[in-house]
Amino acid sequence: MKPSNIASAFKKCRQEHRPALLTYTVSGDPDKKKFFEILKAISSHADICEIGVGHNCNTGDGKQIQNSTYRAIKNGIKIKDTFAMVKRFKRTKNAKPCILMGYYNSIIQYGENRFIKKCKQVGVDGLIVVDLPWPENKNFSKKCKKNSINFVQLISPTTSKYRMKRIINDSHDMIYYISMLSTTGGKLKVSPSEILKNYNRIKKINKSKNLVIGFGITDKTISSLKKADGLVVGSALCKEISESIKKKQNPVTKVGNMVKRLRAKLS
Amino acid sequence: MMKLKKGKLLIDQHNKNYLYGGKFGGNYVPETLKKPIEDLANLFEKLRHDKKFLNDRNYYFKNYVGAPTPFFKLKNLTKHLGGAQIWCKQVSQANGGAHKIYNATVHALICKRAKKKYIIGDTGAGYAGKMLSMAAKKFGLKCKIFMGTKDIVRQAVNCRAMRKNGAEIVPVDSGSKTLVDAVSECMRYWVSNCDTTHMCVGSTVGPNIFIKICAWSTAQISRELMVQVKKEFGKVPKKLKLINCVGGGSSAMGFWNEFVDYDKNQVELIGVEAGGPKNSKRHAAPLTNGAKIGILHGAIQYVIQDAEGQIEETESISAGLDYPGVSPLHCLLKDSKRARYTSATDEEALQAFKLVSRLEKVRPSLEPAHAFAEAIKIAPRLSEDTIIAVDSCGDAKKDMKIIKERLGRNL
Repeated sequence: MKPSNIASAFKKCRQEHRPALLTYTVSGDPDKKKFFEILKAISSHADICEIGVGHNCNTGDGKQIQNSTYRAIKNGIKIKDTFAMVKRFKRTKNAKPCILMGYYNSIIQYGENRFIKKCKQVGVDGLIVVDLPWPENKNFSKKCKKNSINFVQLISPTTSKYRMKRIINDSHDMIYYISMLSTTGGKLKVSPSEILKNYNRIKKINKSKNLVIGFGITDKTISSLKKADGLVVGSALCKEISESIKKKQNPVTKVGNMVKRLRAKLS
Repeated sequence: MMKLKKGKLLIDQHNKNYLYGGKFGGNYVPETLKKPIEDLANLFEKLRHDKKFLNDRNYYFKNYVGAPTPFFKLKNLTKHLGGAQIWCKQVSQANGGAHKIYNATVHALICKRAKKKYIIGDTGAGYAGKMLSMAAKKFGLKCKIFMGTKDIVRQAVNCRAMRKNGAEIVPVDSGSKTLVDAVSECMRYWVSNCDTTHMCVGSTVGPNIFIKICAWSTAQISRELMVQVKKEFGKVPKKLKLINCVGGGSSAMGFWNEFVDYDKNQVELIGVEAGGPKNSKRHAAPLTNGAKIGILHGAIQYVIQDAEGQIEETESISAGLDYPGVSPLHCLLKDSKRARYTSATDEEALQAFKLVSRLEKVRPSLEPAHAFAEAIKIAPRLSEDTIIAVDSCGDAKKDMKIIKERLGRNL
């Protein structure tokens, strides 16, 4: 079987002896047009692009992603627009694998099967559903796998050993480790060595899985976690968009530059 | 059609995925909360069978909350309307002035058993927050209350009480600035602090364990009511109607719990949701108006939302009912047709308050005023041997400003 785009992206990074850089931005933020430009700007430097499907009851997200979400919804983003953008994006020259990240209610209302089918059609490579944990996600993740879409399982510092083993067992190519007890965008309150210790504990259970670390990662903290297979930066980018709007700067170049800086720190 | 099991508490009628009727509820939460929820569920399962814990609960319900709350006939209202007898279970006589004290007290007791020093909670009308701050003070816990900025303004009386009890009010300015966003923000805080902090959800909503603890706590209301009804009538009357307002649904669950197994032709359960302003379309009445099924705050339920699954803003004069979702337990009672749900508008609730407070010594807050509105609507059509019992679950003190504005100064 051909490896997935996500698996290939990690393989390439491993050959370059560096972690993969994953970015997260909310679809339609600050508006549909600029978001597409931001996505293209990110894509020149990032390895995998996570795209947020904004939901207005996003209980896992901190202030920065909430701001981006409300802005995107206010400016009219709909799920069909996100699918259309992914489709267009995947045809561009520098396109990277895309992971949609959101909340389960958006998927239920769209229709589970219809959602997966549409993902496959437009070229979505993976899905992260914040409020669909294991074992609630068993059926859904199986359906994703059948359609060659990576369902990304999450593990957090509170995950018990029992759950960890089963979650890893049911995972696909990529697993997401939440660095600390926090919503997205919190200040990193745990030392990098502590995070890496937990990271190694998970990695030991199955070395073949690509394990990324997210939550609280900024240009200040990213270098200290270079041992991971991948690192996710989200809230810092959302904050950059908010601030560039406030300062009347161009969010496309600002975010593009930030991702470039982040990438440079991983080489 | 969904079927209820007799002889089994409603809160325990879920499958292994914590779904009621195989369909409502569950634990749709971020991974980080799985463990704290599991720990709390295990602890509660132990405590609810622990004699010492039950003794503690009963002791505090009796000596701190004040049990039983009065049950009496509203003679003037009955006479005025003609038809069915209207009775009142004045739960607002409980310490603090509303039913929220039951859940708050139990959560504080659990928090102590879990050896946590911090307790957090959400609030809409401010009663859940006020009671949690009282219980926290009583049991020596540090307390934070999450409250929408719109509610902080309109329920200022309860905010003063919370601050006086030493609680910190965390204003929530996102989205609707009401209860729904207060619950979200409270859950976010718990995600970040679940190792040191106990969370209390203010109603029978949220992940399964919070629904369970809340309904188990408010069930005290119907345990008292059962005794009182039997004392007054010798037995459970042939025609009894239990009317309760429903926002999240905690007081209704408490009011009905002991009566669920009775045939609905004998004991009818009537839930009254918030219909909002007369001409508004943003009713907080998901059960009455056939909202779609979706996920809100970790549980599957009927919830007011748009085609994309975004939760919609609601509008009600009563902050306590101003919530786009509703307890999965009420979804179960609706789909099994055990309870009937309807709504009352802001105006109907205000008129009900006016009539009840003019004729009787009861001052229902704007939430139970919705229940009284339904009682007033149906009583004249019913026979004299029909007993309508209304749960007056909150006191109007917190609403005097709104009531004055809407009904004039002379009340």
